[in-house]
Amino acid sequence: MEKEVMSSLKMEGNILCSASSFIRKCIFGVLRVGAIPNHIAFIMDGNRRYAKKQKLSHDGAAGGGGRYDAGFWALMVMLLYCQELGVKYITAYAFSIDNFKRKPEEVESLMTSMLEKFHLLDILVKRLAVRVHFAGNLELLSNELRASAMELTEATAAYSKSVLTICIAYTSRDEILHAVRESCEQKRIGLEFGNDDDDEIKLMKVEKNMYMAVAPDPDIIIRTGGENRLSNFLLWQSCWSHLHSMRVLWPEIGVWNLVFAILNFQRNKTYYLEMKKKEKEL
Amino acid sequence: MDFSNESRVLHRCSAQIGNLLLRSLWHLVHFIISICNFTLDIANVLESYLISSGLLGRYKSLHVAKLRYLAIVIESEGAYQTSKIIELLQWLEAVGVKHVCLYDNDGRSSGFSLSLGSLGILKKSKDFILENLDGAILFQDAHENNVLLDQQHMTLEFVSFSDGKEAVAKAANVLFMKYSKSGVTDQNQKEKIFTESQMSEALKTVGSGGPELDLLLVYGPARCHLGFPAWRIKYTEIVHMGLLKSMNYGSLIKAIYKFTMVRQNYGKCSFDLHYKL
Repeated sequence: MEKEVMSSLKMEGNILCSASSFIRKCIFGVLRVGAIPNHIAFIMDGNRRYAKKQKLSHDGAAGGGGRYDAGFWALMVMLLYCQELGVKYITAYAFSIDNFKRKPEEVESLMTSMLEKFHLLDILVKRLAVRVHFAGNLELLSNELRASAMELTEATAAYSKSVLTICIAYTSRDEILHAVRESCEQKRIGLEFGNDDDDEIKLMKVEKNMYMAVAPDPDIIIRTGGENRLSNFLLWQSCWSHLHSMRVLWPEIGVWNLVFAILNFQRNKTYYLEMKKKEKEL
Repeated sequence: MDFSNESRVLHRCSAQIGNLLLRSLWHLVHFIISICNFTLDIANVLESYLISSGLLGRYKSLHVAKLRYLAIVIESEGAYQTSKIIELLQWLEAVGVKHVCLYDNDGRSSGFSLSLGSLGILKKSKDFILENLDGAILFQDAHENNVLLDQQHMTLEFVSFSDGKEAVAKAANVLFMKYSKSGVTDQNQKEKIFTESQMSEALKTVGSGGPELDLLLVYGPARCHLGFPAWRIKYTEIVHMGLLKSMNYGSLIKAIYKFTMVRQNYGKCSFDLHYKL
């Protein structure tokens, strides 16, 4: 995965990488005949099962990399492929608030790994001109991690080719509560200063205060690892999203998995368009 | 000059041929996928027949007790097929499912008033469905009359699109009234108002409360939950069942069986990787 990313960015490569890149471009050329989704979201499930398969320890010793290293590179590869295809928005579910219930050493290991990856992410996203957002309750993160996240967001604010949203310390319920709390606070302030015209808090106001207001609703939500649930991810935004579950573990996801998910989406595109149109009319 | 014109024409022709080739390949790929899906459908029909006739042993005993709350999402066209819906509910009752939530994506409310146009298709057919299903009662009535949920008969809930996002906006107003009455400015005190349990209560107050669902079966052309109330599908298994008009008993049993085999750890840690995230 790492070689694939580096080769595509022309940081290193060989003839095989060039050949596979050419084949991939041809496949994407065919795919672009149909509708390409504007926003794809990923539930990156299967990292721990993959680590067990590869016999990686949780602190990232043996095997030439950390437990979540392979997962990180898989995300970078997907980001690259999506950009090549013309998918503008990519969202990834990196860490749920519920994951804080894990054993402290695992949480700490994950946080340390994330901090290390932010530095690498910084280089890669600038190369690819990707704007990065972090969606979630960032107050739950350590000061260092939160500061790194803010720095990365600011550093990439000017890019517009693609938008990568990383959901960290995120759950849908927390997002909804946050949006409701913010809306109530804004209404209270509005009433206090006499500049609130609405009788009640409207749905539009709640939606504007969502963490995910930075991106349109996802067209496809892809979950790896074989499970069929959203696990508190984008429950609000997924009304008309095509839910695609695949058995492959996240670090093993490849171009064909993405192609298949998009082909499935294309088959139902008319239906989704009709549903969205109906909702707008109402 | 002639040479540049000719090269332009050549370039245009080759681009057109290229586009035609790409389109043909795209149609070919989708045609192959249709064939594969058709083959899979036939296999599923055969398997469903085997399940229905009891020839597949593992589906004979279902641990239905694990399935406390089931939701059926039906796309708009299917929601008018009331007889099919009643048949489906009768199958679920026979299997032993105690609580079913029926949802269709129709029904938008205007403000706080609930006009007939704001009810979903299923909500409008509620009385007819209840009449034709022996002993089934409304979930709200069961709660109000303190009827035990381990009763003999099924409880039904009817939910529509207006119970989703719009209900959350209404619940926000309920919480705002609580917030403004309390005169709270302290952050800690504020946190006590905006909690998940308070939100659940507020949703109940506006008539859109309900338990979290275990399994959600989607009867429609695509695997999409069609705006089912987000608050209730946190860890819900979502299974696509195809169109309602093609529903069959075997597929239903298979979906419930698969659900009973799933083990969740709700995001918590386990180094035993038989547990899943």
